[in-house]
Amino acid sequence: MSDSASIMPEHPPVTDWINDFDHTDPVWTEDPFPIWEKLRAASPVVHTERFLGCYMPTTYQAVKEIAYDTEHFSSRRVIVRDVRPEITARAPPITSDPPEHKPAKQILLPPFTPDAMKKLEPRVRAICNELIDEFIAEGKCDAAARYTKHVPVRAIAHMLGIPEKDGDLFIKWIHGILELGIKDDNALMDAVKEMTGYFAGHLEQRKKNPTDDLISTLMKAKDKDGNPLTDEHVLGSLRLLLIAGIDTTWSAIGSSLWHLAKTPADRERLVKEPALMPLAVEELLRAYSPVTMAREVMKETTVSGCPVRPGNMVLLSFPAANRDPAMFPDADKVVIDRKENRHAAFGLGIHRCVGSNLARMEMTVAIEEWLKRIPDFRLDPAGKVTWSEGTVRGPRQLPLLFGTN
Amino acid sequence: MAAKLKIRVDQDKCQGHARCKSLAPELFELDEFGNAHETGDGSVPASLEDKAWLAQSNCPEIAIEVTEE
Ligand code: HEM
Repeated sequence: MSDSASIMPEHPPVTDWINDFDHTDPVWTEDPFPIWEKLRAASPVVHTERFLGCYMPTTYQAVKEIAYDTEHFSSRRVIVRDVRPEITARAPPITSDPPEHKPAKQILLPPFTPDAMKKLEPRVRAICNELIDEFIAEGKCDAAARYTKHVPVRAIAHMLGIPEKDGDLFIKWIHGILELGIKDDNALMDAVKEMTGYFAGHLEQRKKNPTDDLISTLMKAKDKDGNPLTDEHVLGSLRLLLIAGIDTTWSAIGSSLWHLAKTPADRERLVKEPALMPLAVEELLRAYSPVTMAREVMKETTVSGCPVRPGNMVLLSFPAANRDPAMFPDADKVVIDRKENRHAAFGLGIHRCVGSNLARMEMTVAIEEWLKRIPDFRLDPAGKVTWSEGTVRGPRQLPLLFGTN
Repeated sequence: MAAKLKIRVDQDKCQGHARCKSLAPELFELDEFGNAHETGDGSVPASLEDKAWLAQSNCPEIAIEVTEE
């Protein structure tokens, strides 16, 4: 259990965004877009004394410079938090820098190619329909709690070869790590410990009875010297896949349905022209990018002409980069068939999301199946949409009404 | 005859976003890690020129070169 002593004091509300930004402030959580516009107008790189010192690049160009510069910016810490404890639990490749990064990443890539995702797609379509069956007759639902959350959880459980019903445990751990963990170190440590214990049990089972799922694939993988991976490495990778794969996709599907609920023109167009889905999914990823990462400044340098100093973290906001009008005309508008779209929702450079093909497939399938069965829906005026705080942004409550009732 | 297009994926830049493969599957192949390579010698049939430009203009790493020969 977490004891309250480890919880940092509440953050004072922000009054000066440009010199004192805070991505955990409720105003940011609710609607970050006008804040980013203000910060971008002030400078390509802004700074806050919060979080023991942190920069934020505000333009696409500045985000890209940092993502490409692994010499001055390390991935050893990838979440901006109130505390900066000694680094204990590493999660290669996301917390790795060159030269360790590439071999660690190459082990994970083959199971996530687009071809591998095609094989998984029928199961994901079935999962979506099983979920919809549970609430469609009610004429309404909280789509975040009953739909968007379960799609990635069940899909990754299916890939890993563990019971899909264990998904609720994953959701609890991830909440402890990505949300509570920003301000509460014990919540984070407890979640990591429980998760590791859970997967250690699954490794032991497979040592006795090998299977042909993703856990066994990782157990059979060899490192760059041809040696099998240690249990610790396999456990670290499994933790990473869950932490990186669930909240993120939950958020992306949720934001997409939220947009379609309040934008009948886009919704009707997708129902009539399903061939637009690939472009639409990329545009929704751009406009409502869920994932903000972090870097630690290792050596003094400049970014877009702005000096940055070691001892500070960097809030690496791919979502803000994707709203930069210098890169995307009408950046704050969802253009559902946007033709030129080099969005950075899955990162830029060597840390490109391992699960991007999985996430895209899940988004596509989850939106397609929803639109087939519930082509007409809107936000429930009696309910409230709430958004997650911190590193991954998406709706955590999404009350929707179906049909024209 | 009009100039013919040729495409090339810069292997140092490609990070495997696979946007090109999804937009122009005929023109790109992915290796076991999901990184893209141009199909064959990179020659673009006239009927696929639009797709070549579309793939080029959606690559987040600016890894696709389109040249006219
Ligand atoms: C819409 C959903 C998703 C989004 C927006 C997203 C976004 C990102 C971003 C921005 C990064 C780059 C991190 C950095 O630069 O430090 C990343 C890395 C990563 N993602 Fe995702 N992700 C999503 C879904 C997934 C899924 C489904 C999985 C796997 C099951 C996954 C696994 C990973 C891994 C392993 C990395 C580390 C890659 C590396 O460091 O080389 N992600 N993701």
